[in-house]
Amino acid sequence: MKEPTEKPVFEGLSLAEIQEINAEMTHYEDKTAVSIEALKIVQKHRRWVSDACLVAVAELLGLSPAQLEGVATFYNLIYRQPVGKTVIHYCNSVTCWMLGAEHIRERLCRHLNVGLGEMSADGEYTILPIVCLGACDHAPVVLVGDKLLLDISDDAVTDILGR
Amino acid sequence: MAGIEIDGCSYVVEDGNNLLSACLSLGLDLPYFCWHPAMGSAGACRQCAVIQYKDAEDKHGRLVMACMTPVTDAMRISLATDQARQFRSDNIELLMTNHPHDCPVCEEGGECHLQDMTVMTGHTFRRYRGLKRTHNNQNLGPFINHEMNRCIACYRCVRFYNDYAGSDDLQVFGIHNNVYFGRFEDGALESEFSGNLVEVCPTGVFTDKTFSAHYSRKWDLQTAPSICVHCSLGCNIAPGEHYGKLRRVINRYHGEVNGYFLCDRGRFGYGFVNSPERILTPRIKSQTEITADAAGSHFRQLLKTAKSPIGIGSPRSSLEANFALRTLVGEENFFLGLEDTEHTLLNTIIELMRKGGIHSPSLREVEQADAILILGEDVTHSAPRLALSLRQAARNASFELAHTMHILPWQDAAVRNLESQALTPVFIASLCATRLDDAATNTYRGSPEDIARLGFAVAHYLDDSAPAPSALPDIEQSLALTIANSLKQAKRPLIVSGTSCSSLAVIKAAYNVAKALPGPDTHLTFTMPECNSLGLAIMGGKPLQHAFEAINKGLADTVVILENDLYRRAPGQHVDLFLNTARHVLVIDSLANKTAQKAELLLPSATFAESEGTLVNNEGRAQRYFPVYPAMEPVHASWQWLTNIMENTQWRHHDDLTDACAGAFPDFAAIIQAAPGADYSIKGSKIPRQPHRYSGRTAMHANIKVSEPARPHDRETPFSFSMEGAMAEVPPALLPVIWAPGWNSNQAINKFQEETGGHLRDGDPGVRLFEASGTLPWFNDIPPAFKPEQGLWRIMPLPNIFGTEELSWHSPPVAERLPNFCAFVNPLDAEALGVNSGDQIEISSLSGAFILNIPVEIEHTLSSGLLGITTGRPEFQSMNIRERVTLRKASPQLQDNSESQL
Amino acid sequence: MEKMDKPLTKNIRSDRAFATLADYESTGGYQGLRKAITQLQPKEAQHWVKEAGLRGRGGAGFNTGLKWSLVPMDEDAAQTRYLVVNADEMEPGTFKDRLLLEQDPHQLIEGVIIAAYAIQASIAYIFLRGEYHLAAQRLANALLEARAKGYLGEHVLNSGFNLEIYLHTSAGRYICGEETALLNALEGKRATPRAKPPFPLVSGLWGKPTVVNNVETLCNVPHILHYGVEWYQSLGRGADKGTKLFGASGRIKHPGLWELPMGTPIREIIEDHAGGMRDGYKLRGFLPGGASTDFLLPEHLDVVMDYDAVAKAGSRMGTGTMIILDDKTCPVQMVLNLEQFFAQESCGWCTPCRDGLPWTVTLLKDIIAGRGRMEDLDTLSGLTRMLGPGNTFCALAPGAMEPLQSALKYFREDFERYIVGNIADMETA
Ligand SMILES: Cc1cc2nc3c(=O)[nH]c(=O)nc-3n(C[C@H](O)[C@H](O)[C@H](O)COP(=O)(O)O)c2cc1C
Ligand code: SF4
Ligand code: FES
Repeated sequence: MKEPTEKPVFEGLSLAEIQEINAEMTHYEDKTAVSIEALKIVQKHRRWVSDACLVAVAELLGLSPAQLEGVATFYNLIYRQPVGKTVIHYCNSVTCWMLGAEHIRERLCRHLNVGLGEMSADGEYTILPIVCLGACDHAPVVLVGDKLLLDISDDAVTDILGR
Repeated sequence: MAGIEIDGCSYVVEDGNNLLSACLSLGLDLPYFCWHPAMGSAGACRQCAVIQYKDAEDKHGRLVMACMTPVTDAMRISLATDQARQFRSDNIELLMTNHPHDCPVCEEGGECHLQDMTVMTGHTFRRYRGLKRTHNNQNLGPFINHEMNRCIACYRCVRFYNDYAGSDDLQVFGIHNNVYFGRFEDGALESEFSGNLVEVCPTGVFTDKTFSAHYSRKWDLQTAPSICVHCSLGCNIAPGEHYGKLRRVINRYHGEVNGYFLCDRGRFGYGFVNSPERILTPRIKSQTEITADAAGSHFRQLLKTAKSPIGIGSPRSSLEANFALRTLVGEENFFLGLEDTEHTLLNTIIELMRKGGIHSPSLREVEQADAILILGEDVTHSAPRLALSLRQAARNASFELAHTMHILPWQDAAVRNLESQALTPVFIASLCATRLDDAATNTYRGSPEDIARLGFAVAHYLDDSAPAPSALPDIEQSLALTIANSLKQAKRPLIVSGTSCSSLAVIKAAYNVAKALPGPDTHLTFTMPECNSLGLAIMGGKPLQHAFEAINKGLADTVVILENDLYRRAPGQHVDLFLNTARHVLVIDSLANKTAQKAELLLPSATFAESEGTLVNNEGRAQRYFPVYPAMEPVHASWQWLTNIMENTQWRHHDDLTDACAGAFPDFAAIIQAAPGADYSIKGSKIPRQPHRYSGRTAMHANIKVSEPARPHDRETPFSFSMEGAMAEVPPALLPVIWAPGWNSNQAINKFQEETGGHLRDGDPGVRLFEASGTLPWFNDIPPAFKPEQGLWRIMPLPNIFGTEELSWHSPPVAERLPNFCAFVNPLDAEALGVNSGDQIEISSLSGAFILNIPVEIEHTLSSGLLGITTGRPEFQSMNIRERVTLRKASPQLQDNSESQL
Repeated sequence: MEKMDKPLTKNIRSDRAFATLADYESTGGYQGLRKAITQLQPKEAQHWVKEAGLRGRGGAGFNTGLKWSLVPMDEDAAQTRYLVVNADEMEPGTFKDRLLLEQDPHQLIEGVIIAAYAIQASIAYIFLRGEYHLAAQRLANALLEARAKGYLGEHVLNSGFNLEIYLHTSAGRYICGEETALLNALEGKRATPRAKPPFPLVSGLWGKPTVVNNVETLCNVPHILHYGVEWYQSLGRGADKGTKLFGASGRIKHPGLWELPMGTPIREIIEDHAGGMRDGYKLRGFLPGGASTDFLLPEHLDVVMDYDAVAKAGSRMGTGTMIILDDKTCPVQMVLNLEQFFAQESCGWCTPCRDGLPWTVTLLKDIIAGRGRMEDLDTLSGLTRMLGPGNTFCALAPGAMEPLQSALKYFREDFERYIVGNIADMETA
């Protein structure tokens, strides 16, 4: 016999999240296909995907939590740990590396007093490396939230945090 | 067939197969990890590299993965060239960069596929100087250890667990060389087949927790071929003993029955053999211990003075033991010791199997089915290994579609990717949701009558001379029509039913459906509760109720009960009355139970691990099991207790008994062929149960006595309890251990098969007792639809893989997995009763025979008017399941789960 | 006036504003689609593209029309077919698709519709890299516009052809660009590649016939249909047809992207378009087509950017975007950066890649840290062979080995210098 009772489902997701996830389902042959998008939707609302949210999304999509976790931990833009309000992705691939990506990382980390992946004390920022952002002609580049900043100069902190 | 050239030699192999499988089938040594004969190719590990040449002129060739390369006619390949060898060795070197090399403390050591393959490729020197990545391990429950650092990421575990066995709580997480195979969080693995990970994993990530608790190396285990005693399917097992204790059970490959896999009940249920509940000495009045000799003469004495002693047989005892008892008490005094309904059901099933004209399939044949109707069974719980086979059959539509798209069957992921487009019709009609529902195209839930009526309707739609149920509701009619259409279109339709819902109508309906499908490849299979249910029923005997009457009416005064706890077979008061009335109660059994407690004379019997015998599985296949180690005096095999006291009998040995049994029943004529007898030898030698590398024999008893004890003689089987003997060309039924030079793990089996995944060379062991012939008339007795009676419920026992079967109950790890003992009711019923999940509910029988207080759970899929109860618990034994019961929410002072018997 | 010699970028403006639907239509936009749908049978559209000689711009360079023609389309073939746009651009040093996506989304959409028509796909997905936020926004808008204009949806341009295009944004990982891994990603699974055969053309998304094409590939299609095969063939300067976006990044004066005829000499790209090396830097070598191509040297400057010509020189056309190695950047460290990328992006499925790349990284780090041994170079060479084409499950690892194997060939003394403890005074990043 299966679970003898049915638990109330989707505990822990907001109505908006559920609606957005449901809307995605019409685009694909099955629910599984929505997993990544669903995690991104949760992340859009909450910055990161907590265990509770992951379990809720899994239930909504008819997957086991483990199945969804297998997917979530594969992709690097799904955060399974809290991140700051704005995630700063500095490109560390070849051209940016050649043109000073490490300096940028160093300055940002020093300024915010954080290591990679950590949240700044005020909860505003998390700094993460990212692979080539497809703007090598303007290296080095940084993605601040949704915004791509080009030709970052040596004065990285001012460029990026705008101070 | 294709002619191919491998390293200059010509071979003829099956074309379309993959090259790895072909090479292994030819007996060549080609290392591999991710490929598995039952799971096909993945191409992940890159270990099976060979060189393929374009044509006769090509000197250099191209490296290909054998497992991903189809065999084609005239192909030329090489396993032996330096380039191929070097690649395979380098590949192992890469796998080893993160492997901890902890073989000395690893449970897999000595039977590790990774060790074997490493030695095979010749990688002996480590160049890697970096750090090794490490992982945390998880607690995966009572069955399986987890040691992730040993992982070589072959992906076999998740492919087995998810793709093959259909569970989803074990997954791969992470990416690059940080992939992790585990659960979302700590906790017992949910699959009923999790134990196979132990053998599927080529290294020591997943190991048998019960084995490592008292660990010994494979080469220190004494083993003998055996048969699982925990359900009716008769899976072949290889139990291993060390220091007088059974240490583990692993799969013993059988090409028709279990193939490569066992269920967790079969693998971990053996703990009862070592249980403190074991009866180890003969006792009088359950207290006074006496010697075996004294017990024997007491036994003889009692029988002498007894007034026509009667015998009660056992479905968990061998044919030989039952036959001995039957002979001892005489045919007319032999009773089967089955629950009444079950007795009737089994008799009907035998009739159908013998004369119904429909083939009873092996599990391999089950896997070929292209349309399936399951009537009234939650197979995962009643015959677990069958569920795994049905799950494979459910993929046949994908294989067919794949075939039209020129995708070969071993291209595993590609075939699976077609699953959503090609559904094999699988219909499950059951009391409530089953663990196989996810593989079903349609499910139907109802009472046994409704299930039977659905079946009758299907039969009628298939053949209108079959009777139709009257007044079948539209929904059922259209479902029946859908089922009929699917079955009709199938080339190999399969009907599955069994004894679980205690309904003769269901079994008859199953037969009608099968009979209405006239194709030559229509198969019908029944599941039964116990390992020799079918054998016992074929032998035949009177119903248990008649035994009760014989004693109660004073026609007899003495009863010999063979390995049977009657409290599991009949309502408590009936058994009480019976045992109290009988003047002498003699019980032969291995585990303490309520019946044994009431014995005047209790004789300790050997378990399957310490004795030999023949069992008949649900397919009608007789199979022999052999003692793994000698029973410790004064424990004896049941058949020995019985034959020892027989006066003027010719039966000195087990083989005598087998021969006599075969001679006594035409249906059993073939059981002699189930395995060679005790006089079988290989060039005058017995077959050793201990491997050549068995160590420490002279030392293991040194704390007791410094001289090495003499090895016990085995007069009953072709085996010796020692390492001396012959191991070459052992017939399949007598293979104690699977081993070949260079192949220390169970994967050595490829050296014993006709082809990988195929039949064992010289034939799969066991013998089918009869082939269906003739035909029977339609069954006409269609029950009326089930109507809940106001205020009354009908008890429906719900089997559970962990909990229903008597012996595995006493295995500690299985006990940890027992389901909650509770009652299930439909939500509407719950509402009417005012109960919620978790509340206590009071169950009272109409006759007042019992009142039971247990927790209730709400089960959406159970019909109103039915009360589902997990079977197996002792509490359950007080119930007469045929009585109607009333229910009410238990009053608060009764909320203590107390059981009161009036 | 249309710039007929730069069909792909004719609408792209230097101010980074993007081409609206009106802009796009005003330069002949959606004329190719109109022609295809009203005048050509699907098979004919396939034929045009095949004859034009358009080769896949995703890296492998397979003839696009030929690929389409292999999709089973006869009566008993599966009725659902998919077209998938590979917009996952993530190979280091590659920045061509982003421009097309952001600046002229309708060009891609028109290409998608024509391609879908040619293979009779009823659903197309644009698999877009998750970090391309601006592209996502502009594509989403453009899709709405195209639908409103009847280019998309039911009865495209009042024909019997129906098409839905969905935008799917990814969540990272370079391997998603590999076409079969991409399909798994689209199905919501871990993006490990699939075995071929079966090819996606036969059994792709959810087991249905599926064509995966690169963004730039599809952007060529409207023009072939609009201006014709002969015109398209006339664009190439050498053996290959049409134009291509070529780019260069690194220490050059004007890093950038230029639409140039196939067959343009590398020297012209680096010296004329990119303006040559920055002052004070010399050209030491370059990766001609992104991170997974072999290094070429200044002596190869006169090689032309044609698939076969670059291959003959010992490298690959790849994505056509070059990464320049200057004389003050240590090639060993550059290779380490590349290999770290590949090791991190390995999907973890097959042994040589999963375990071989991290070892490669360890060895390179050891060498750079002065812990290297001469035999490590042999080990590295061994790994380049071990992880070579055919030995791994997909092309990621072989791609990863290309810069390493050529670095070992051309810059061996740089490796050795670390090992013998004589490290040159090089500017490192
Ligand atoms: C590791 C790896 C990454 C790839 N990434 C991309 C990519 O980001 N974009 C792309 O168009 N093709 C990529 N490809 C190539 C695709 O697999 C495929 O060949 C291409 O999308 C086909 O399109 P085309 O025929 O239009 O070139 C990649 C291949 C590999 C092996
Ligand atoms: S080469 Fe193997 S491990 Fe690497 S990305 Fe491809 S499939 Fe994954
Ligand atoms: S067995 Fe062939 S690649 Fe794993």
